[in-house]
Amino acid sequence: MKVTIDNIEIEVEAGTTIMNAARKVGGEIVPPAMCYYTSLKGSGGKCRACLVKVSQGSTADPRPMPKLVASCCTTVQEGMVVQNITSPEVLETRKGIVEFLLINHPLDCPICDQAGECDLQNFAFDHGRQKTRYDFERRTFDVINIGEDIKLHMTRCILCYRCTMVADQLTDGREHGILWRGDKSEISTYIQKAVENDFSGNMIDVCPVGALTDKHFRFRNRVWFLNPMDAHRDCKKCSGKVVLWMRGEEIYRVTGRKDQHAELKEFICNDCRFENYDTKNWTIEGPREIENESVINSNHYEEGTKALPKELFSKLNNEKWGDF
Amino acid sequence: MQTSFTNRKQVLEQKEMNIWERMYLPAIVKGMAITISHFFRKPATIRWPEQKRTVSEAYRGLHILKRDEIGAERCTACGLCALACPAEAITMEAAERKPGEESLYREEKYASKYEINMLRCIFCGFCEEACPKAAIYLEEDFAVANYTRDTFIYGKDRLVEKPKQGTKAFEIVKVGRERELS
Repeated sequence: MKVTIDNIEIEVEAGTTIMNAARKVGGEIVPPAMCYYTSLKGSGGKCRACLVKVSQGSTADPRPMPKLVASCCTTVQEGMVVQNITSPEVLETRKGIVEFLLINHPLDCPICDQAGECDLQNFAFDHGRQKTRYDFERRTFDVINIGEDIKLHMTRCILCYRCTMVADQLTDGREHGILWRGDKSEISTYIQKAVENDFSGNMIDVCPVGALTDKHFRFRNRVWFLNPMDAHRDCKKCSGKVVLWMRGEEIYRVTGRKDQHAELKEFICNDCRFENYDTKNWTIEGPREIENESVINSNHYEEGTKALPKELFSKLNNEKWGDF
Repeated sequence: MQTSFTNRKQVLEQKEMNIWERMYLPAIVKGMAITISHFFRKPATIRWPEQKRTVSEAYRGLHILKRDEIGAERCTACGLCALACPAEAITMEAAERKPGEESLYREEKYASKYEINMLRCIFCGFCEEACPKAAIYLEEDFAVANYTRDTFIYGKDRLVEKPKQGTKAFEIVKVGRERELS
């Protein structure tokens, strides 16, 4: 099927969503996603961050869709024309979406461990307004320990449901879900029952904000002071491919490997994540390439150039070294 | 001898001095007159450290970590000052506030260790600009001379503003200091 996204034509299979078609093209035209997660079934359609304009439904029915549609759960049709960043209406709407998501979100980025790799922070930075217009009191919750390894700041949650899907789909025996409705909705493990699953730690990586954070890493360092390193180990439960966040010889935390859409390719087990803080247990492959604009790259000059487009990188390298 | 390339070169004629000139007296009197006239002028220097110059409001001297209205430390150890610092002079360690310490620390996270290496610092004021909590400011003082390098690493004891009298933090700090002394 042929679709046109922001004047770029692409051929995709039937049944692909607009989001995935855009991701196939890549670059700026990929709509932001706060709740959609490729590897989690049924995710998406909740945060409205990925709204796009369909200016032509299909070749058979060229009328535009009456409202903006969520690109993560709308499948493409033959001859569909989609506008994302070329539509001022979409960009204006996104400002509103950011405002809605930030209504109850506390502005405690200086405290939050997620700052620097937070989807909401990036989204708000790219699309949001400078100031909030919300004067009322924000909903607040107490900080809860979910098990021994995870801390839940319900106040920061944007109710994307990703973590409950991890609990549903990755682990057997559901232990946590969402209680109440609307404004009062709350992620909970009934009566603070500890989540004890081998893969429960993936909730931390999956969380787009700082609602679920690593208890071992809590307040220990800021992500941009750490050097992310690709590493692996033999693990019976998972692939064992992780990112070590190090400073000097010390491992501060272990996370899964996220792709350019901030999604984990492979989920890792809790043994890898929480039990192995010794470099002896890991085979370190080398520094991880991080998106160039990311704050994690600041002050790491080498990694900064690595994240450049390949042609530019090789050009810079050639200028530096000549024809060796 | 090398010949000059321009016509600007002046040949200095060295005449022999006469007796009046050889006594040097008029030159000495002239010189002394200039020197003595300076005694009655306004001095260009000040008597530091008893006297201090007034500096501009934007002067960038030593750092101070501010407290808020109730005397709690504003700094939350977010690390943005250290990130902005071009000289990499700032290091910090964060800790979690315990219940009951609300009057000491403003946010749930605070800097348990905060160090600025004043020998590295270039007093550019980027940390002040980066701070989201209005915690760090550059004030009028500057680092005084000292004998060893490690005395220039300023910890929290020298950076944090003294709590104002009447605040709860003042009492807590006072009790802590008395305990230390005894």
